[in-house]
Amino acid sequence: MDITFKDVSYIYQANTPFEHRALSGVSFHIPSGSFVAVIGHTGSGKSTLLQHLNGLLRPTEGKVMIGDYQISAAEKTKDIKSLREKVGVVFQYPEHQLFEETVAKDIGFGPLNFNVEPKEIERRTGQAIKAVGLPEDLLQRSPFDLSGGQMRRVAIAGVLAMNPEVLVLDEPTAGLDPSGQREIMDMFSRQHKNNNLTTVLVTHSMEDALRYADHIIIMKDGEKYMEGAPLEVLVNKEELQRVQLDLPEVIQFLHQAEKQFGKAIPYRKQGIAQLAKELTAVVKGGESHG
Amino acid sequence: MGSSMIIGQYVPGNSFIHRIDPRTKITIIFFFVLIVFFANSVMSYGLLTLFAVGSAASTRIPARYLIKGLLPVWFLIVFTFILHLFVTKEGEVLFSIFSFDFYTGGIIQGLAISLRFFLLILVTSLLTLTTTPIEITDAIEGMLGPLKKIRFPVHELALMMSISLRFIPTLMQETEKISKAQASRGVDFRTGSFKDRIKAVVPLLVPLFVSAFKRAEELAMAMEARGYQGGEGRTKLRELSIGKLDIYTYILFILVIIGLILTRS
Repeated sequence: MDITFKDVSYIYQANTPFEHRALSGVSFHIPSGSFVAVIGHTGSGKSTLLQHLNGLLRPTEGKVMIGDYQISAAEKTKDIKSLREKVGVVFQYPEHQLFEETVAKDIGFGPLNFNVEPKEIERRTGQAIKAVGLPEDLLQRSPFDLSGGQMRRVAIAGVLAMNPEVLVLDEPTAGLDPSGQREIMDMFSRQHKNNNLTTVLVTHSMEDALRYADHIIIMKDGEKYMEGAPLEVLVNKEELQRVQLDLPEVIQFLHQAEKQFGKAIPYRKQGIAQLAKELTAVVKGGESHG
Repeated sequence: MGSSMIIGQYVPGNSFIHRIDPRTKITIIFFFVLIVFFANSVMSYGLLTLFAVGSAASTRIPARYLIKGLLPVWFLIVFTFILHLFVTKEGEVLFSIFSFDFYTGGIIQGLAISLRFFLLILVTSLLTLTTTPIEITDAIEGMLGPLKKIRFPVHELALMMSISLRFIPTLMQETEKISKAQASRGVDFRTGSFKDRIKAVVPLLVPLFVSAFKRAEELAMAMEARGYQGGEGRTKLRELSIGKLDIYTYILFILVIIGLILTRS
């Protein structure tokens, strides 16, 4: 589904001494099927932005359009529940939302709320637990007996089982070990491709943004700061440092290599082996000439 | 949740009311609540109103916010007034509607009681509006101090109070977070039958309890790890002290009391 923000502003606790402007005049368009990373420092408005995607928040000014759904201050969105079925949100630390007696019931909780047939729920539960890489015999256990990482995966499975068309991820790998982070992100990437999803990822990790996203939005103090393709946005050192963000490590490394050997290696998302080859060529070339 | 209700809410600021010692505030409010019941003339009510409204104004909290925040209380005040209008039958008949007589006494009595009510609510909410919960707890611990002599666990009580106050916002945030997560999974908290809504609370309450218990355990552990022992011999980070500002406040308040005695009829 296409996602469009039109001059969206959001003010928390308007008309009180605690009034706080979290978003001001944000506009962008995300075509259906993109994988978008939203990056920004703490307090830059990422989480507020994300909550507009399934109507948890209603913009104070402006308009949000998701597929055929419209969310604005003036009118009540029709059928907000069906919007929430189509937009699956994985919140930060999603394991905090687990509550059922068994893993299976918790994964099936979303679909059940959206009136999915019991047979179909069972099928989706099996599929979802496999997708997040957990063994099926966990299904009958209590979610509170699992380890932190397993709980996280169960919670994610609960969102996948809703079969959403848009997947919204709020730092889904925060607090996991590095290999777990990689596995989960690869899993989201697979889901994105196989199910033709539109994915919005809120993250602090420049590496993840570079690796998975095809479009990047950088937020600063509630405003859109930069937007564009990863290889355009994530190479601009000065602009990024102004919002306390670093270049992704690969880019940093290539910049260093350029300084060292005097020849730039353009980054086109090539793998480590390919990069090593190109680097060798540059180093050797440098030697033969010098 | 309850964004229009300001009772119990703290509004940061740096007015002199914010800065006076919380014990002073509690003492003065305690006596103010008492003397409100001694006012019985236009002048004496005027004096107390001046004191209360003046205090409220000096906090620099926007008046609109105060008036809006006390909205639920306005209803009670108006209700009190109307009740007196109908029930009190003193003085002369002022006018009558449908053969029901309204008396001057009723109106005067109604006005007086409503005003009293308003003053009480205004002044007591000024305490929480201008004092952080931690300061209030410190003040209560200080004022209950003498009870330690009869082995009353003053410190533990204060600790319990400050921990619960400290975790109210945390729990509210947590509630909001979880309810958003569950709403995203299709839980509807707003519509549906009474039974449906009760059922919708389960996915909210279970995670909330789980995290509250976990948090309590972590807090206890962190306190022990830092050598917390409580009570005896524990020094304070924030020492309360009575300063010039407090003396002036007391003097002003005593003047108000003298004024009240003089203007009573």
